[in-house]
Amino acid sequence: MSKIRLLVGTRKGAFVLTSDGKREKWKVDGPHFAGWEIYHVKGSPVDPNRLYASQTSAWFGQIIQRSDDSGKTWFQPGLAPGEPATTPDGMPKGESNKFVYDTSTATGKPLTTHMWYDGTQHPWEFKRVWHLEPSLTDPNHVYAGVEDAALFESKDGGENWKELAGLRGHGTGPKWQPGAGGMCLHSILLDPKDSKWMFIAISAAGAFRTDDGGKTWKPINQGLHSQYIPDPNAEVGHCVHHIAMHPKRPKTLFMQKHWDIMRSDDAGDSWHEVSGNLPSDFGFPIDIHAHEPDTIYVVPIKSDSEHFPPDGKLRVYRSRTGGNKWEELTNGLPQRDCYVNVLRDAMTVDSLDPCGVYFGTTGGQVYGSANAGDAWNPIVRDLPAVLSVEAQTLP
Amino acid sequence: MIRVVLPHHLRTLARLGDEVELKIDNSITVQSLLDALESNYPALRGTIRDHVTQQRRPLVRFFACGEDISHEPLNAPLPDAIANGAEPFFIMGAIAGG
Repeated sequence: MSKIRLLVGTRKGAFVLTSDGKREKWKVDGPHFAGWEIYHVKGSPVDPNRLYASQTSAWFGQIIQRSDDSGKTWFQPGLAPGEPATTPDGMPKGESNKFVYDTSTATGKPLTTHMWYDGTQHPWEFKRVWHLEPSLTDPNHVYAGVEDAALFESKDGGENWKELAGLRGHGTGPKWQPGAGGMCLHSILLDPKDSKWMFIAISAAGAFRTDDGGKTWKPINQGLHSQYIPDPNAEVGHCVHHIAMHPKRPKTLFMQKHWDIMRSDDAGDSWHEVSGNLPSDFGFPIDIHAHEPDTIYVVPIKSDSEHFPPDGKLRVYRSRTGGNKWEELTNGLPQRDCYVNVLRDAMTVDSLDPCGVYFGTTGGQVYGSANAGDAWNPIVRDLPAVLSVEAQTLP
Repeated sequence: MIRVVLPHHLRTLARLGDEVELKIDNSITVQSLLDALESNYPALRGTIRDHVTQQRRPLVRFFACGEDISHEPLNAPLPDAIANGAEPFFIMGAIAGG
């Protein structure tokens, strides 16, 4: 029977939740990296025992952790447990937490400043990794979306990282600016039908696309309308909160923008709004049913200044029509006095049939539905604030 | 031997006990101490000072013989009590929030 493994990143450590295919009883392991912020944990689609974790701290910076045994043990790439810390000639091993922006003129002429909150230019400063996206074909190849916004990749299992500098260097960088949560590259979508295609999103810059494996990039924000920026239809400057793609239809994208649910059917060349009858179209996560490319999920919150569900009722909204027509899903979710938020990487789906849907809250609950959202149950109620949830469907 | 006390999170990160002992052949400064620490325990690289600028991370503090020396020059000699191992050198996380 299949198994489900949920990889949960929280403000105070990582947790691994496992269940059989019924998804009724769960085992909770953790905390791993207790006391550290774990922005994201994700497994390789090629080798599900290979996990990558972003461990971060305002005090001690960014650490990349890797597990090759499905989360039982962890190590910093380049520093396997028990190995000597130095090479035979005395040189230190391990550079896994070294993210250095490419400032060379030879590889993309990267920018060195972006727009600051006060409108002045500000140097790029590395802070943390928000999102890790393992390659679809090679467990040693992994992408990292970082704050201040840039895209890095490692081809040696997370030991060494190199910036794909063409993204920052393509021309609009001086207009990028941080949102309230920082200027983060939080979404990385890999096209399963064409390995050269990739989509990323940055808050608050917008969405971008490459069709040559990351060498060159273009903004894909036509149709986005953001009233909170000087030019509501600007090429960049939009606060995109998350984007999602179904692997069977990779040129159709869904977006949870700061406000508005958006859809593109031409790989981001144009977008149209599909917020429809939602009680609020502000929110952070958006995800897609594993088997139905037009079934999408969002968790509306009240507004940009009130990050909690409208009316204190925690409701997931599902559209089976690719947007515009939404149904509220409340069975098993608190319908009074609930003032949690669901962050952008904290919703995921498994690939069983019926599809499982999961999300974590800033109140420390992880909810799961084994029937595509019709009914929900709390898997665990009292974790630290949840930053991310990823599902692995295991044989 | 130079004795160094690390904050809890860095001890667990580098799988270390309460104190670390370092052998330093040249002059005993914060710079040489951190060089030796990172060389012996590369898991700590980037956690105490920036990879590129080599500047102390803002919420990390250095204490020697009860004094906060975080703002002293990195190449200034450390007190004899640190250099001869009578006192440990403390690397601490600043008190800041939950």
